[in-house]
Amino acid sequence: MTKRQSRMMLVAILVAGVSLAGYFGLKAFSENLLYYFSPTDVTEGKAPEGKSFRLGGLVSMNSVKRDGIKVTFDVTDNANSFTIKYEGILPDLFREGQGIITTGSLVDGIFIATEVLAKHDENYMPPEVAASLKKSAEK
Amino acid sequence: MWKWIQAFASPKNFYSISAKIIPWLLYPFIIITLVGLYWGLVVAPADYQQGESYRIMYVHVPAAWMSMFVYMVLALSGAIGLIWQIKLANVVAKVSAPIGASFTFLALVTGAVWGKPMWGTWWVWDARLTSELILLFLYLAYMSLNNAFDNPKTAAKASSILAIVGLINLPIIHYSVTWWNTLHQGASISSIEKISQPAIHSDMLLPLVLMGISFKLLYGLLLLMRARDEVLTQEQNSGWVKKIIMEKG
Repeated sequence: MTKRQSRMMLVAILVAGVSLAGYFGLKAFSENLLYYFSPTDVTEGKAPEGKSFRLGGLVSMNSVKRDGIKVTFDVTDNANSFTIKYEGILPDLFREGQGIITTGSLVDGIFIATEVLAKHDENYMPPEVAASLKKSAEK
Repeated sequence: MWKWIQAFASPKNFYSISAKIIPWLLYPFIIITLVGLYWGLVVAPADYQQGESYRIMYVHVPAAWMSMFVYMVLALSGAIGLIWQIKLANVVAKVSAPIGASFTFLALVTGAVWGKPMWGTWWVWDARLTSELILLFLYLAYMSLNNAFDNPKTAAKASSILAIVGLINLPIIHYSVTWWNTLHQGASISSIEKISQPAIHSDMLLPLVLMGISFKLLYGLLLLMRARDEVLTQEQNSGWVKKIIMEKG
């Protein structure tokens, strides 16, 4: 092996080693990297009990009830759902059907939220296009 | 063939060739940036949910793309410098780092500014945001390590290894939104199934593509200009640099 080839081998081993370490590291920490739990995760008991955690899902249609700055609504992943109670200012993108992530804890089956964040999806379109999409979906 | 490549990549040749390339990047950059910005900020329609606020993506998205692209260049040229010991590759890596760090910083800041009204928060520790912040730290670590040595050869060697190790972060950034639940939205255009049916309406997508090209050209320009500067500094005692200094007075 020439000097150049041995240097090439070293770089290749470095890349392979780091990738392998990265792969196992990510595999081990995968659960901790989840930013939020879905309602189904919580039903299955994956979320920490009695502790604060994040719950993510869609705001159920016709579930938002406002009373001043107090608001209750349901969050669903179309399989399971939870009722959320929150007191505070909601982000611009909060609306029914919107994905949200909320921090709080479960008290007697009701999720008492301390923070509500809106999750934006990857779709971008002009209002007219959104309106016509909605129309054709209703047909 | 190596001799030929090494001769081609000699600092002296690079210096004279790059001078001819710069105008070919500069004028397209100015035109495409002006058209892209006007199109994106004025002509493109408002979003059905976000209204006008989404327009920050015309800076945020290209900056985020470049933050990863520049790192790829950094690690690749670092590896080339390590293996074939081409001076120019080390120069490219060295001068790319601050440019990449700036793009990363810009992506983080524009993201935070958008996140406050839309998400309801400046910052969350989700996988996408955190891995992008780690990318900024990788750039900063590369820069300080590169500056820690007096001998440019040793500096290049040490910092190139760091750059190659840091490569692992790129797939993590890219796939973070697919692998884990994140607050950050998924990819709108870069996944394969989205090519035939992009999640961004074409009226909004075209200016984004233009801004993507604009940022690539900007990187090319900054890279060449900074590399020329660096080459002159490193070769200041060689004959051809002295000749240039004499000629220009």
